[in-house]
This record gives sequence, structure tokens and C-alpha cells, in this order.
Amino acid sequence: MLRFIIRRMIQMVGVVVVLSLLVFLWLRSLPGGTVSAILGEKATPERRAALEKALGLDQPIYVQYWQFAKRALHGDFGASTKVLPGTDAFDLFMQRFPATIELSIVAIILAVGLGIPLGYMAARRHNSLFDNGSIVASLVGVAVPVFFLAFLLKYYFAIKLHWLPVSGRQSAGLGATHTTGFFVLDGLLTREYDAAWDAIKHLILPSLALATIPFAVIFRITRASVLEVLDEDYVRTAESKGLTSRVIRGRHVLHNALLPVVTTIGLQTGGLLVGAILTERVFNFGGIGDTVAQAFEQRDYGVLQVCILMAAITFVVVNLLVDIAYAVIDPRVRTR
Amino acid sequence: MDNPLNPNRKKQRIDDLAATAGTGGGAGSVAVADLTVGDAGHIAESTGVSLIASAWSRLRRDPVFLLGAFITLAFVLLAIFSPLIAPHDPTAGLLLKEVRPQTNPIPGARPGYPFGADSSGRDIFSRLIVGSRQTLIVGVMATLFGFIGGLTLGTLAGAIGGWVDSVVMRVVDVMLSIPSLLLAFSVAAIAARPSQWTVIVAIATVQVPIFARLLRGSMLAQRGSDHVLAARALGVKPSAIVFRHMLPNSLSPVIVQATLVVASAIIDAAALSFLGLGNPDDRQPEWGQMLGKAQQYIYDHPALAIWPALCIIVVALGFTLMGESLREALDPKSRR
Amino acid sequence: MKFARKAAPAAVAALALTLTACAQSDRDTGGDTAKSGGDVKDTITFGAAGAPELFDPFYATDGETFRVTRQMMEGLVGIKAGTAEIEPELAKSWEPSADGKTWTFKLRDDVKFWDGEPFNGEAVCYNMERMFDQNEVAAGGPAGYWADVMGAFKSDAANALYQSCTAPDPTTAVIKISRSTSKFPTALSLDSFSMQSPKALKEGDANNVTKQGEGFGYPAYSKNPVGTGPYKLDKYDEANKTVTLVRNDDYWGEKAKTAKIVFKIIPDESTRRQELEAGSIDGYDLPNPADWKGLKEAGNDVLVRPAFNILYLGLNPEKNPKLKDLKVRQALYYALNRDQMVKTQLPEGATVATQFMPDTVSGYNKDLKPYAYDPDKAKSLLKEAGAEGMTLTFAYPSAVSRPYMPDPQKIYEALRGDLEAVGIKVNVVTKPWNGGYLDTVDNGGFDAWLLGWTGDYDSPDNFIGTFFANLKANDFHTSATSYGAQLSKDLQAADAIVDENERSAAYQKLNQQIMEEYLPGLAISHSPPALVVSKKVKGLVASPLTAEEFSTVTVTK
Repeated sequence: MLRFIIRRMIQMVGVVVVLSLLVFLWLRSLPGGTVSAILGEKATPERRAALEKALGLDQPIYVQYWQFAKRALHGDFGASTKVLPGTDAFDLFMQRFPATIELSIVAIILAVGLGIPLGYMAARRHNSLFDNGSIVASLVGVAVPVFFLAFLLKYYFAIKLHWLPVSGRQSAGLGATHTTGFFVLDGLLTREYDAAWDAIKHLILPSLALATIPFAVIFRITRASVLEVLDEDYVRTAESKGLTSRVIRGRHVLHNALLPVVTTIGLQTGGLLVGAILTERVFNFGGIGDTVAQAFEQRDYGVLQVCILMAAITFVVVNLLVDIAYAVIDPRVRTR
Repeated sequence: MDNPLNPNRKKQRIDDLAATAGTGGGAGSVAVADLTVGDAGHIAESTGVSLIASAWSRLRRDPVFLLGAFITLAFVLLAIFSPLIAPHDPTAGLLLKEVRPQTNPIPGARPGYPFGADSSGRDIFSRLIVGSRQTLIVGVMATLFGFIGGLTLGTLAGAIGGWVDSVVMRVVDVMLSIPSLLLAFSVAAIAARPSQWTVIVAIATVQVPIFARLLRGSMLAQRGSDHVLAARALGVKPSAIVFRHMLPNSLSPVIVQATLVVASAIIDAAALSFLGLGNPDDRQPEWGQMLGKAQQYIYDHPALAIWPALCIIVVALGFTLMGESLREALDPKSRR
Repeated sequence: MKFARKAAPAAVAALALTLTACAQSDRDTGGDTAKSGGDVKDTITFGAAGAPELFDPFYATDGETFRVTRQMMEGLVGIKAGTAEIEPELAKSWEPSADGKTWTFKLRDDVKFWDGEPFNGEAVCYNMERMFDQNEVAAGGPAGYWADVMGAFKSDAANALYQSCTAPDPTTAVIKISRSTSKFPTALSLDSFSMQSPKALKEGDANNVTKQGEGFGYPAYSKNPVGTGPYKLDKYDEANKTVTLVRNDDYWGEKAKTAKIVFKIIPDESTRRQELEAGSIDGYDLPNPADWKGLKEAGNDVLVRPAFNILYLGLNPEKNPKLKDLKVRQALYYALNRDQMVKTQLPEGATVATQFMPDTVSGYNKDLKPYAYDPDKAKSLLKEAGAEGMTLTFAYPSAVSRPYMPDPQKIYEALRGDLEAVGIKVNVVTKPWNGGYLDTVDNGGFDAWLLGWTGDYDSPDNFIGTFFANLKANDFHTSATSYGAQLSKDLQAADAIVDENERSAAYQKLNQQIMEEYLPGLAISHSPPALVVSKKVKGLVASPLTAEEFSTVTVTK
């Protein structure tokens, strides 16, 4: 097990190094660039040259990469040029990451809260109208373009009904204190309960939009897994022994069926953590996805580099954790 | 692949995930779920004739499949015969004279123009009908390109093994660790002249690593199987083993995946257009582009977005339902 | 598993305890600020399209930043509300010497910075010297407005417009410049040249701009500036994307009517609209022209700014030699049905351009008539020039909306149709604005392209000077033409004329020459941008320079 973990960690380092090089080269091969993004209509050849020199973009590309790599090893990813000029790119990432984490957690809670019960019920009524109906329903959510779904949600719940806010993470005039960057937690810790409640209200619509895909996946895995377990000998034995269906459900079916679901939940969470570009953007939810999209449009190299590398690391680590969790949970794997 | 984890569990996880995950149109969640697809690398081992036959017999009675197949068939027929059906030329600005950016940006519905016109005075109803063709092209071509890319990489890795396998798989890992939508729009952005084809290539790129992992996984499983060992023992040429024996037997999960990818490609095209990286030439209609471009009028003229969105939702749902049922039917485990 | 079940809640509890220990609410419950009249709100919430770059306006380059700093900072010269004209602000009056090289500013004596420092002649000179004396990094990029207006920094003093500043007494500042120019004193109204507290600048090490990776690092001062304006910076909540300003109760002039302004940063245009309709913001900038009607019908006020911009079709004779012939350029102009384009594609109040500057700028020539739409004349001119059926690589930008071209593609489609109608073969090219379009324009990669300009201040030099005065490098490649050198020389000569009437006459003549004899590019149109506020908002005056002041604004409940 330990050897496995160590090997995966070494592989991760390899992936990150290769990725850093690829991202670096790829960003610089994109048409346009930081200089155009900063200068706009005011770009003249002279101003361009001066700015390129000031930013070190006039150096040969291998020199630029070498300098970037040296700095990155010391944890210095440079400053943002356009998203939040002057802010250290890594600090910016850390500032925006809590938003994404907060959103992901709520979305996963929604997806699990709906997906597991529905999946279980669908499997118990295999091939019934309810089963087929819920399969179709779960996939409708997947088929709707996220930004369109977001518009519908905003239109009805925020603009027509005034139940929930349109966008953002917290109402503008609230002046809430932020210590951790997790707004709900901040509100609870500082006893600004109105601010916490406000932050929760801001989370509802984006997390609904974001939950559609994890919900469909979790629903599907739960259903398949329960179906499989229902077919196993021990459940049949239990049934033949005359145990009540509640005992069977609780002790045998759910317990065994949920093992694969747990890993799925882990993987889905990992997927959300790298940032949901569309959802964060339409809800103006200042997380990683929104930041990456903005940095990309404005060719903010430092921010993009950090965000992509951190997303890759998050992704690999979550996968590793899921595999380890799997080994821990499933005794059959452990014995090997 | 010397995975320490239980192959049976993994297999199931992959099978299940492969199907659902591919449909994700939204941000990051897609990539993660798909990683698992290949991560384990053991896919259903033999799909004999009997399996296909029994799958078909079940599919014929599966309402979910029939619904999906009906939608898909109707869509394909519409795409083929659309020019004959459309009442107007979808590229002609028939109502352009009425368009005034302030007073009348979007000409309303009237006899002969059931859904009104767009901001260039073109009949929306005709554009929706004719748009089915471009939409189908985007969906199918993106899937095809993604499949070809994945096939090349996956075959290379799975058939040769050894260091080629390691290198290819690290490349695939790197591709997977970048948020999928970011990968798509950076590819779209790199194009010197954005067009329908850059959109297709961008979407296809995201699918390449997914197909590659899927194919490699199932080819690895084939490599150790009896009939391949037998062929090798008989002295059949390696290339013949790969193309005659391994590849055909690895295709069934790929076909399922491809069906699902068509749906996500159509949704992704809309997302790219929404982010301003779609095909800038909007003379030939395409639903994703119509939906993406409708965003700036959506508040006052929601009909402009609702119709293409509905078309996309229905068609994506059709492909997804079909893919889901295929997956379940082809899974030997679910035979009862 | 068992362990995990018990340990997890315990760990969370422990973490929560630790955090509570250091988490204190630093929110002022604000009972005192709320008392601003019964039916008037104490806060204006405005939807901004982008995050401010930083709060030291000297290093800022974009309108989103200036919108914020303008409420907090003032310059020697101000701008009269609703116009592009200058008016006294921190300087009560000013007087040039006969040669136009020495400017004497009489200063207000009742002004203090927020930190209590007095505003006087010394403070002015400290500010001027501070702006002049930039390190290499700042000079290369962030100090862009100084580089534009003054040409160079202290390290290259010989080439700088600015020479020196002296303060003979507390209410006087004398600024010397190297040559007479139409930019003075108008350019001093730029937000970048606002006056800031010398003490705070010194203590905050305000000039210490560093290179940090591929970006710039700014000193602490840029997050905590000190000015003289009606509002002070309260807080920039970066995570929640809101900037809060509070009233400066010691302001020298009329105090701000509303206690607080909150700028909520909402990059997506349609989301700003939704926020306004939901009532969570009181107004926002740059509504999509297609939304104007709906916004008005919903009871909002769309405030249209007088157009202070120009959309033009650039032409590059080096790339396409056929464009060297004036007849060809004129033929292109006659081919365009600009009246129809302006009516169908641009917002209300947009006009067809007769020259490369809007009518609000001094030096505008009222007598010029637009090139009329005359496809037959266009065809015959092309024939005369032997350029029938010529091919033109004509480009437009995607992924952008500018005040002078709300929807570039729509404008392009209209113009392109006109060109094709007279037999020109158009190669359609488009690139994303930041994704290669501007670069290609600068490298001279297109034959013809759509671009424009929004003026920074009221000076003809800021328009036609920017376009054509720099012979070596301008987008129109006038160096490849016979008139380029002459035009550049004439522009510089006109800029140096001291007498305003004389200078205006010289510019009017140049405008005529540019349009009738030279025609380096085709001036297309002027298009008014707008901002929108809910009907509860009173007292906001739209400014052609987008220099709106919020201190006069009230919001009813």
C-alpha cells in the first residue's frame, strides 16, 4: 500500500513538471497576449516593446521558462497582470479557492441527498414506471446547458419571486467580516449570523445548477449497485429467512451497495473542486472556474499557470485519496 | 496495469461511470468521472454474439431505449431533409428592415414566422430546422475526431505496452488533469481563424484522453485473454492480432461512450459559443451557436434562447438515453 | 472506519474552537451612518463591469479603476459635469506664459488630504516630481498615462514634456514644460494625475513598483491611497468582489449626499441587468444597446453619454498597394451606406462621422460634409484607378464590445455587404480582441480593419494626434504615403500653437485636409455609450468622458 502511494506521488510530480512546461509553452503560443490585454487601443509598437521589456517577455522562451521554474520552486508564481493586478498569483488562488470548495460541498450534498434515495428506490422498483421515469429525469438535468439552466433559475427564483439573490457570494452592502474565506463559516465564527444566512442563500441556485451532473452520476451508480446487491445470494437468503424488508434494506443491501457510491462521490467532488467555469461565471461566484476563465480572456499568465497546476494537483490527489479510501473500505482489497 | 485494487470492483465502477460521465456538458465533473473509466483498465472481457443478441432482445422492450432511439432517429431524419422542410431561407435577412437596435432589436412572431426573427432579421423557425444539420455535424464529427485521436493513442499504448504505454498514458493524464472546458476553449482560442471546425476540434480534443483510456483499458484486458494468447501461440502477426482480434473486441464500451459523447459535444458547442469562442460566422445556423448568441437578448426576448435550448435538450437527452440503455444492455452483469 | 467516525466530529469541533478564538467580527454596526433623511437610502450600489486594478490612479489604465478613484481623488483641473470641458478643481485658476511653456496655477487654500496634510504648492510639486521620477519597471508599463502625455520620465528628462515644478508660495504652483502644447492644461484633468497626500505617498513607498514574475508588484500604498475627494476608500473585499467607499466628512466642497457607495463587480452584462431588475443594484454601466428599450419600459433611466469616440475603418497601404491610390480609398468611402448602418446597428444618438473626432472636441470642423452613399461613384472611381474587382482582407474583432462598436460583427456585416455591392472581393478575417486582433493591427497584418478610440481628454491632439502624428509607427502606415511626413509635421506644429483660436483654426484645416486630400482611413461613426440607473436614483449626470461623479447622487427608498 505504502509503495503504491509513494509511486503515485512520484508520478504526480512528473505530471506536474510536464504540465507546467506544457502550460507555459501553450500560453505563450496563444495569439495575442498580456501586452495587448493591458494596452488595448493604446498599443503602439513603442509601448508594446517597453511593456514587453518591463515584463521580461522579450527574453527567449527557454530563458523565460527557466526563470519561471526557478521562481516556482520557491513558491513564487509571479503577480497577476489583469485579474487583480499586483496580487501574488498564488495568494489569488488561495483567496478564490474557498468559494469553489464551498460551492462544491453544497452541490455534492444536494447530489447525494437526492441521488442515493432516488437511486435506491428506482432499483427496488426495477423496470417500473418510477424506475424509467427517474432515469429520464436524472438525464434531463444533464442535457440542459448549464448556463441556460442558470438563467431559468435566476429568472424565476431571483427576479420574479425575489426569494433568492441573483448572483455573487454575499449581498454587497452587508460589510461582513471574512477570516477564513468560507463565507458561511465566517458568519458563524464571527457570530454575524445574518451574513452566514445571506451567504447560504447565495449558494442555493449555483449549487443546484452545479449538482445536476453529480446527481445523475450518483443516482446511476446507486441504482446499478443496489440492483447488483439485490441479486446476491445473501440478500436472497435473508429474504428466504423471512427477515423484514427494513432489516434487509438497512443491514444488507444499503451497506454493501454504498461502497462504490462512496468512491463515486469522492471523484465527483474532485471534479467540482477544479472549478466549474460556466456555473461560477453566470452566477458571478468568484471561484477558481470564474478566475481561470477571466485570466484566460485577459491573458493573465501568472494566474493561469497557478490555477491550472493547482487544479491538476487537486485532481491527482483526490484520485489518490479515492483509491486509498477504496482500499480501506473494501476488506477484499486490503488482503492483497 | 498492476493495479493493487480489486479488478472486479473497478470494472463495475468503470462501466457505470463510463456511461454516465460522458454526458457531462458542464465544467470539471466530466473529466474526473471519465478518468475512473480508464483508471482501472479492466473492461468487460468477452462480448460474444449471444450477448449482442440478448442485448437487442432486451433493448426492444426497453421504453427508455425506445424513447432515445426515436428522438435520435427523428433528429437524424430532420437533419437530412431539413432544407426541404424549412419554409424560408435560414440565411436571408427577410425582416432586417424592421430591425432597430433600440426600438425593435428582435422582430416578433407573425404568420409565416411562427417564432419571429433574430437580430439579423432571419426566420428563427427555419434556422432551427436547418440548424439540425450543422448540429448533427458538430456532434458526430467531434465524436469521430475524438474517437480517432483516442484510438490512435489507446491502440499505441494498449497494443505495444511497455514504455510507449507509460509515455502515452502520462500525456493522457496531463490532458485529463486540465479542466475540460478550459482545454476546449484554449484549443478553440489557438486557432488562427475560428470556424465551425475549430469548435469541432476543440470539443474533440477533450474526448481524446477519455477514449484513449477506455480503449487502452479494454485492449489490455484483451491482451491477456485466451483467444489472443492462442493467436500469439499460433504465430499470428502482432499487427493482425491487434487489428483483427483485440480491437474489434474492445469496441463495445467505446460505442456506448461515443453515443454519449455526441450529446455532450452538442452541449459543449453551446458553451463555447456562450463564452465567445464559438464559430463567429453565424450565417449557417447551429443550435449551440444560436443559444450562445441569444444570451445578450435573453432578458427581453427569451424566446430567442428557449427554442434552440429546447432542441438541444431534447436531442442530447435522446442520445444520452440511447447510450445509457445500450450500456446497460451490453453489460453482461445486468443480464437477468 | 470506527476511528474515523468518532474522530471527524471531534476534529471539526477542535478546528472550530481554534478559529473562533481568532475570529472577531470587525463590522461596524453602523447606527450613525444610517441617519441620512427619512426616505433616502444611505448607500448607492452600482454594478461595475470589472475589478479595479489598484487604487493609486497613477498606475491605473482602465475605466473601471478610474470610476472608483474619481470619487476619492481630485486633480488641479477638473471636468465640468456632463461635458468634456475643463473647469477649476484644486486649482482656482491658471495662466500660461506667452510662449506657453510656463504654467502658473493658483491653488485653493481650504483643502486638506484625509490624513490631515494640507494641500498646497509643495504638495503639488511633490506629486509632479513623484510622477516624473519612476523606476524602469513602472516606466515600462504601469505609468502609462504619464508616458502617453509627457513622453518620458526623469531618466530620460531631455525627451520629457514635463520639466519642473516650483512652489513660490503655498497657494501657487508653477509647472514648466519643454514646449507649448494643446494638451496643457487639459491633460491634467486625467484621473491618473490626481493629487495625493505627500506624507502618505512617502510612507507607503508609493513609487516602489517591482517586477514580480510576469506581472507587476505594487507597494502597499496602492491599496490604501489618500486623496482630497468627497469619498474615502473603506474596504475592497476581493473575495466578495465589492469595493466600498464612505463619505469624507471633512471634504472642502459640498459634502457627498449619500454616505456610502458600494461598487459590486459583475463582469457579465446580462447578470448586471438581472441584478438591476431584482433590485439588488441601483444602476450599472454600459447596458447593451439592445436592452435600452426593455430597461426603459421597466421604469429605469437610461442615461446616454454624449459620444466622445470615433469608429474608423483603418487602411494599410503597405499591405495592399492598391490602397495607395486616393481614388481607391475614396471609392471605398462612397461605397459605404453609413446612414443605414448607423440607424440599424448603432444605438440611438449615434451619428455618421465627418472626420476623425467627435463634435465635442475643439478643432472640430463643422463645415465638413460626410462622404455620401454613392455606389455608382465608387464603381467609377475604382474603374479610374484600375482597381475593379480588387480583393480586400477586411477584419473585425470578436469577443469584444466597445463603446464605439457595441457589436463589431453586426457593423462589419453591414459594411462588408456595401463593399461587395461595388464589386470588391472581401476576405473575411476575424480574431478575438485579446487573442491576436490588436497584435495583428499593430503588425500591419490586415488590409482593412475596424477599430476606434475613446478620447481621454478634450484635445484634438488626443484624437488625430494619436492617430497620425507619430510617423514612424502608426496603424495607418502613413510613412508609406506621400503625405505622411507632411501631416505628421503639421500636426505637431498645430499642437504647439499657444493661442486657442489660432490653434483651433489650424486643426480645422487639418481635419479638412485629412478627409479630402489624404484620407488615411475611413472615419465611420460616433456612438454614444450609456449607463442605466433605477428610477430611485437622482442626480447622476452622464459624462462624455465617463467621468461621472457620485457625490451628487441620492437614492430614494
